[in-house]
Amino acid sequence: MALQVETQAGEGTSREELERVEIDLLLEGIYRRYGFDFREYAPASLRRRLWRRIHAERLESVSGLQEKVLHDPVCMERLLLDLSINVTAMFRDPSFYVAFRREVAPLLRTYPFTRIWVAGCSTGEEVYSLAILLAEEELYERTRIYATDINEAVLDRARAGVFALDKMQAYTENYIKAGGTRAFSEYYVAAYDGVQFARSLVENVVFAQHNLVSDRSFNEFNVIVCRNVMIYFDRSLQGRVHRLFYESLAPLGVLALGHKESLASSPHAEAFEELDAEEKIFRRVR
Amino acid sequence: MAYELVVVGCSWGGLAALGRLLDHLPDGVDLPVVVAQHRGPDSLRGALEATLRRRLERPVVEVEDKDPIALGRVYIAPPDYHLLVEPGSFALSVDERVRHARPSIDVLFESAADAYGERVIGVVLTGANEDGAAGLARIAERGGAAIVQDPGTAEAREMPEAALAAAAAATVLPLEGIGPHIAELCAVGVS
Ligand SMILES: C[S@@+](CC[C@H](N)C(=O)[O-])C[C@H]1O[C@@H](n2cnc3c(N)ncnc32)[C@H](O)[C@@H]1O
Repeated sequence: MALQVETQAGEGTSREELERVEIDLLLEGIYRRYGFDFREYAPASLRRRLWRRIHAERLESVSGLQEKVLHDPVCMERLLLDLSINVTAMFRDPSFYVAFRREVAPLLRTYPFTRIWVAGCSTGEEVYSLAILLAEEELYERTRIYATDINEAVLDRARAGVFALDKMQAYTENYIKAGGTRAFSEYYVAAYDGVQFARSLVENVVFAQHNLVSDRSFNEFNVIVCRNVMIYFDRSLQGRVHRLFYESLAPLGVLALGHKESLASSPHAEAFEELDAEEKIFRRVR
Repeated sequence: MAYELVVVGCSWGGLAALGRLLDHLPDGVDLPVVVAQHRGPDSLRGALEATLRRRLERPVVEVEDKDPIALGRVYIAPPDYHLLVEPGSFALSVDERVRHARPSIDVLFESAADAYGERVIGVVLTGANEDGAAGLARIAERGGAAIVQDPGTAEAREMPEAALAAAAAATVLPLEGIGPHIAELCAVGVS
């Protein structure tokens, strides 16, 4: 008897759907072979990155990449670099820092000691910005910042605190717009390969590797800042990370997201009130 | 099969063209219209949205991450983010600029073609660079409909010309003709 091959309804009926199957298989393979879990990352951006690697390896399909990546750890390393998006800047979105000074600093003043978690801190620009703000508000001395990222390499750069000289003009403009009260150049000195930021800014910072997908809460925080990280996750993973943040926030703790993020995927949305709706700064009230 | 999504790309200075196109989009067309316009990273959040909203009957929204795609709306890519289309919803990214642009028209168009295949209509308007050409070619290659503003009527002709060079089969129209052509495409469906 001849068997007839038919595709599942909704599966493999178009080129796009077939490719979705290939990508699912690739991500499952990477997870099982190497333990890196991209299965719930937002597909469109992931797909762009995968194709960049497919072309660079002179391959023709996602399945081709799967074959190579599973057998060749060096290729996996190259792919990991492609999948890691570490774009960041000092005082990115100056209006956020203005709002943080206005809405959050007064709250922190009411505590003798505060813990802040910067999740997905990348190469550290956001952490140094926050430390400068806290220092100028005379809050830094009584703050500990936990700065985490999945990627060890960016954490090393964050610890070093050396940033490119050619960025300083833009960062200075951001700093001024962000309500900075001193001369930005007071915070750094020229180094041979860029500018070195003051070590005092990271005296109270703990840089540590932490994976938002699989690691648990490790402390209770008064503030959690997680900007432009969860946009790379799909809705269900966002929901789980929101739960992690909720569980890691002290009563009346503050959650700050990126400009275009929301609590829509949070299972605890109703536990928060808006401190600044535009700047996506929320406060846990329940 | 019916078209489900219109994606539009224009560069800095394309606001007048965009307004004109949307003015001439017949009320009966209820496809979501998704716009990537080049702007400076400092451009005011919500400014483009506010300008269009004053002018149009249709609801205009600046996209937030993972917003569902709903009928009848005009969606604007926020400044300094790439806007990507996934089946039924949007996603944002802060990946590096593509051809100096964020939002990038190519990123929007290519993701739309990947998510919606032949059910996409892509429109390239005025602009002084080549963004959108590769994206429009991808839409055409996947069986979607490609439309380019007549370069002779565009304030800056580089972008429509590049789009035509990449997607030769695209329909060339003046701004006022694009909306009615989209209405016709909707009436006929994907061929
Ligand atoms: C685009 S950067 C954002 C940096 C910074 N928060 C900002 O807004 O400028 C995203 C960062 O999230 C990190 N990341 C991605 N997936 C992660 C995960 N599962 N757990 C922790 N960090 C992650 C990346 O390594 C990257 O450094």
